Amino acid sequence: MSTVLEVRDLSKSFGGLHAVQEVSFDVREGEILGIIGPNGSGKSTLFNCILGQLVPSKGQVAVDGKAVTGLRPSQLNRLGVSRTFQLLQVFPQLTVRENLILAGQEHRGSRLRRLFGARDAGLTADANRMIDFFRLGHLAEEKAGGLSYGQQKLLDAAMAFMAGPRLVLLDEPAGGVNLTMLASLKERLQAINKETNATFVVIEHNMEFVMSLCTRILVLAEGRIIAEGTPEDIRRDPKVIEAYLGH
Amino acid sequence: MTAASKKRWLVPLLVLVAVLLVLAPVDLTGLGLPYPGLKRYGTYIMTLWLVTAIAAMGVNLIVGYAGQETLAQAAFLGVGAYTTALLTKAGMPFGFAFLISGVAAFAIGIVLGIPALRVQKHYLAFVTLAFAVLMWLVFRNEQWLTGGVMGISDIKRPSLFGISMRPYLHFYWFVLGITALLTFALWWIIRSPWGRAFTALRENPVRAESLGVDVRLYTLLAFAIGSAYGGFAGALYAPLVEFIDPNPFALAPSFLFLLMVVVGGAGSFIGPFIGAAIAVLLPEWLRFTQGYYLLIYAVLVMLMMAFCPGGLVGLYLRLVAMLRRQRVSA
Repeated sequence: MSTVLEVRDLSKSFGGLHAVQEVSFDVREGEILGIIGPNGSGKSTLFNCILGQLVPSKGQVAVDGKAVTGLRPSQLNRLGVSRTFQLLQVFPQLTVRENLILAGQEHRGSRLRRLFGARDAGLTADANRMIDFFRLGHLAEEKAGGLSYGQQKLLDAAMAFMAGPRLVLLDEPAGGVNLTMLASLKERLQAINKETNATFVVIEHNMEFVMSLCTRILVLAEGRIIAEGTPEDIRRDPKVIEAYLGH
Repeated sequence: MTAASKKRWLVPLLVLVAVLLVLAPVDLTGLGLPYPGLKRYGTYIMTLWLVTAIAAMGVNLIVGYAGQETLAQAAFLGVGAYTTALLTKAGMPFGFAFLISGVAAFAIGIVLGIPALRVQKHYLAFVTLAFAVLMWLVFRNEQWLTGGVMGISDIKRPSLFGISMRPYLHFYWFVLGITALLTFALWWIIRSPWGRAFTALRENPVRAESLGVDVRLYTLLAFAIGSAYGGFAGALYAPLVEFIDPNPFALAPSFLFLLMVVVGGAGSFIGPFIGAAIAVLLPEWLRFTQGYYLLIYAVLVMLMMAFCPGGLVGLYLRLVAMLRRQRVSA
């Protein structure tokens, strides 16, 4: 199985604060990798460096063997890297379907062709499929801003999959989602992973969610990787327990 | 209301509006209708309204749809007006001058937008503010080119298929036709995937960028297209008034363009037409108050912002929703 994401010696400092320090890891095709760690351990900074939202102080990122360090998020997205955000990030004034079409349109043909071509960039069928897949059918025409928190979270995830990405980075997908919705989200993510062989990296605080969703877990503390392994290994690792429980 | 039932009355309504606009200045008493039409001045005001609405549409694209700022639309109007005046006086055909006016404003929009792009919004406002002042100084001080405070006079109105647009009624119809074309073009842009991308960068640029929307490029495009509408409006303004000087292209009129879009309803398609109507007609209606009309306008704008940030279109939609609720509960 090929390596989709390679992170090498990645560091990011804000002045004297070393948020991420020499982090290296690989993610293989089809894998669901979890990244956990206490608050302030550098998870979100690591994500933002991989995704081009922040420029790393040091180190490289490669996607499918291609160096992508320093690319802007939109360029990275068009290479097949997609993400969800920790806080809700849908477009409240657009309908659910419009949100999904937007999520796919920049991958369709040239910009000039899109100006003169179809209004939906030929994506209505794809959007409807995604709406059905995430069971949002009754809400397709609703403005995204009127959806419940959990429904917006599902839409947010659906948008990340709209362009058929190779690699999806999910930033706390379970945060603030109730138990029923959580089960449905996990089941949908696993289904899409199996169906498309898309590779996931998940940051999550909800241990139950992460342990049952992911095949491998990295533990971050104070900007460094302190442990790596299967959910079972991580549960038993004394270093992890110490990082979480403190001194 | 469903989208389909909305569309059913839209086409007849548009046809009706078009007919009314075409006939507005025409004397219909000969046909047995008690409508005397508009005189020269009334038709001039109607034409000025259309020209103002074109420039306001551009501001609406930048501010209402893409969520950026511009305080230089009057300066872009000036770029178009002076370009057209100078080119037609040099013997170029109006059609060519009109296109160059739009292209020049578009190109300046791109150049102005690039330095402001990293930060957007308020910084774009500052850059445009500086540009508006700069252009006013150029119009006023570069006498060899612009005629300075004396301006440029005797700007000819064009001919179309051998018919002179010199009579005020002809020129009104000419401007109405171009307004219709430009309105259609903007409607097309807004309903295309580009329009969706503009909305996305207004609502959430970070998320838009993560979905592959090149936020910098779209910001630049929105700003340049909106500015080009200022240039087109200027190209019509010059032959309308037949004499241009720097005053209508100063900083204050640029603010006025922003205000009329806000009053009309930023981000609604007909908002700029309503805002422009108010900006053009209000000074006429409030003429009896003499110097106080700006004061009254300012108070209206403040009340508007406090109680109805969606502008007049927003106010109308709120009233409709309220009436419907009452009918349902009754």
